[in-house]
Amino acid sequence: MSQPPPTDSRMPLAAPQPASSPVLADRLPILEVRDLRMYFPVFGGLFQRQVAEVKAVDGVSFTLHEGETLGLVGESGCGKSTTGKCLANLYRPTGGEILFRSRRSGEVQVHALSDEKRAWSVRPFPMRVPVTVDLARLDNAQMRPFRAEIQMIFQDPYASLNPRMTVHDIVREPLTIHQPHLGAAGMDDRVAWLLEKVGLSPEQAQRYPHEFSGGQRQRIGIARALATNPRLVIADEPVSALDVSIQAQVINLLQDLQEEFGLTYLFIAHDLAVVEHISDRIAVMYLGNLVEIAPTAELFDNPRHPYTRALLSAIPQADPTRPRARRQILQGEVPTPLNKPSGCGFRTRCPIVQPDCAQFPPPLLALGNGHSVACPYHARQN
Amino acid sequence: MPDDLLRVTDLKTWFRTEAGLARAVDGVDFTIREREVLGLVGESGSGKSVTALSILQLIPDPPGRIVDGQIFFGGEDLLEGYRRGSYERIRQIRGNQISMIFQEPMTSLNPVFPIGDQVAEAIMLHQRLSRPAALDRAAEMLDLVGIPAARQRLFDYPHQFSGGMRQRVMIAMALACQPALLIADEPTTALDVTIQAQILELMLAAKEKSGRAAILLITHDLAVVAETCQRVAVMYCGRIQEIGDTRTIFTAPGHPYTRGLLRSLPRRGQKVRRLPTIEGTVPSLFELPAGCSFSTRCPERLDQCSTLPPPLIETVPGHLVRCHLARPAASSTPDRASHRPPQPTQSATTPPCQGQL
Repeated sequence: MSQPPPTDSRMPLAAPQPASSPVLADRLPILEVRDLRMYFPVFGGLFQRQVAEVKAVDGVSFTLHEGETLGLVGESGCGKSTTGKCLANLYRPTGGEILFRSRRSGEVQVHALSDEKRAWSVRPFPMRVPVTVDLARLDNAQMRPFRAEIQMIFQDPYASLNPRMTVHDIVREPLTIHQPHLGAAGMDDRVAWLLEKVGLSPEQAQRYPHEFSGGQRQRIGIARALATNPRLVIADEPVSALDVSIQAQVINLLQDLQEEFGLTYLFIAHDLAVVEHISDRIAVMYLGNLVEIAPTAELFDNPRHPYTRALLSAIPQADPTRPRARRQILQGEVPTPLNKPSGCGFRTRCPIVQPDCAQFPPPLLALGNGHSVACPYHARQN
Repeated sequence: MPDDLLRVTDLKTWFRTEAGLARAVDGVDFTIREREVLGLVGESGSGKSVTALSILQLIPDPPGRIVDGQIFFGGEDLLEGYRRGSYERIRQIRGNQISMIFQEPMTSLNPVFPIGDQVAEAIMLHQRLSRPAALDRAAEMLDLVGIPAARQRLFDYPHQFSGGMRQRVMIAMALACQPALLIADEPTTALDVTIQAQILELMLAAKEKSGRAAILLITHDLAVVAETCQRVAVMYCGRIQEIGDTRTIFTAPGHPYTRGLLRSLPRRGQKVRRLPTIEGTVPSLFELPAGCSFSTRCPERLDQCSTLPPPLIETVPGHLVRCHLARPAASSTPDRASHRPPQPTQSATTPPCQGQL
């Protein structure tokens, strides 16, 4: 991508990556998440007043670089899907910033961050200069120009396709919204091209979703996501509903498309073997917080957070000849995000818990090599 | 064989649907020995759950019907009554000598009864205990599966438990009568990995404690099988394609389908650019190929594969492969020797699995 650097951005373009992180040093950040919070109110009582809130995402920060795949893993309820949906602006976050470096430039009237502290300027930007917007502050109308650049692939290929629309119409719909200038014929051409890219034949375009298998449906969902020529694709458990033999086909397709179109992926999944295969870096979430983030090999070779270590040792492996490493089975269950423990969210199950873990939420500590961990006592493990 | 706890021969369970006859299970043979954990793996629609439900005669009829086969449990043909339309005998066995853990711990518990009553129900029925005695026993079982303050929670309802805890309740219910065979149908699929590890550990520990129980573990997760089962049966399109001990299946798979499945798994610590895949998709149950059901996707297909259904061939003692390329263990058949060397020998020379990736 040869884009001129944004002139109006708080995003650190010379990102403070350690020099020893060769994978990322040459990549520009496309998105930076700062202290993202998403609380869902819980209503109850006689007058349906808000009685509590679910802290689904509670202070998450990370950076996504152009062309990379960041794997986001964690157990159900840890907030990984909510994070993804916040990035796609399907939820309006309670707090924090999502700074997105758009390829859009010029006349778009958006609330963009200027040099001063947040001034919601509506002045047009100069042409050909990418703008950086805080997606967390955009309403639906303001978000629309940027939606083309951030697309989502959903987990359930049965629920995410409209059963009353043909495949052709499903893939065409984003084009009618985002690229009306193509015209009817242009759109039809592009739909045919997209279907071919994801490995479906043109004859299949007039069929309905129920006529397809799970793997084929996921291909339709991918074609729809690619229709608007996005730069960032948020893939929320894209292969977990698929059978093993189909899963590999879809993973390969996602990788081919990334190579061809220079896509950036946020790959949300709970299957660590799949995440390891596809990701450049992996972020581990627990109870709404990021507990560890590191390049893939580093995370698997040298996990530092006690939760990451337990998670890695809990995953069964398809190799009966492997000497059975001593499993570290976590006791207890994930606490509810309705009533998070004070301080570190993991302290109720942590094997190395210390008295002051209840005092304050641990910050992410940089260990070098792009590896950060949210545990001040990580060195106490052997 | 004396130590065969359950022997299934030529089991066929078909479903009559509007779209036609679906041969969900179409000639399944396997045995479960006492105390062993047998894994039954396969993709969705391969017939593994229908096999399990057939053993307990829980197939909804209509549309389903066990049309052929025998299921011997401790020397007794369980299907004998089924053929006559009598369900007396199976009712004595279900939940007592053979019990089942289902995938969805939410839908398989009754939401309007306290869990204590649900666990006690089978105990009262099969062991003829009074309700207080059965509830005592239920509390013991819940305690055994690691539910804290089990006695106080007897009168809680399923919605008051988390997914992992509900699955523990299911296990307590299944083990309440100390069954000889526990059928676990995807017991951990709906659970998170750290909870999955807890539940699998618990199932194996409970089996050890009870002494003689065998487990039939149905799953699509090959990694779970590798870590828990002594033997594995691989199903595809309603038939067992390969059955043998876990180590052999994973290190020297005899069936092209098993090989394809194992290759397509991403593995820890192995960075490959592209995952090998099995081309194509599973054929529809209504339009199964005439010969080998894997012949439409098989990379090693021979001419005869699309017309002639392959028999189960014993390649190594105790290891059966349903493939025309497989060769019997003892006597070698010279006419096929020209095609390729026998699979197990070939794979044995390469390091397990890794060499093929």
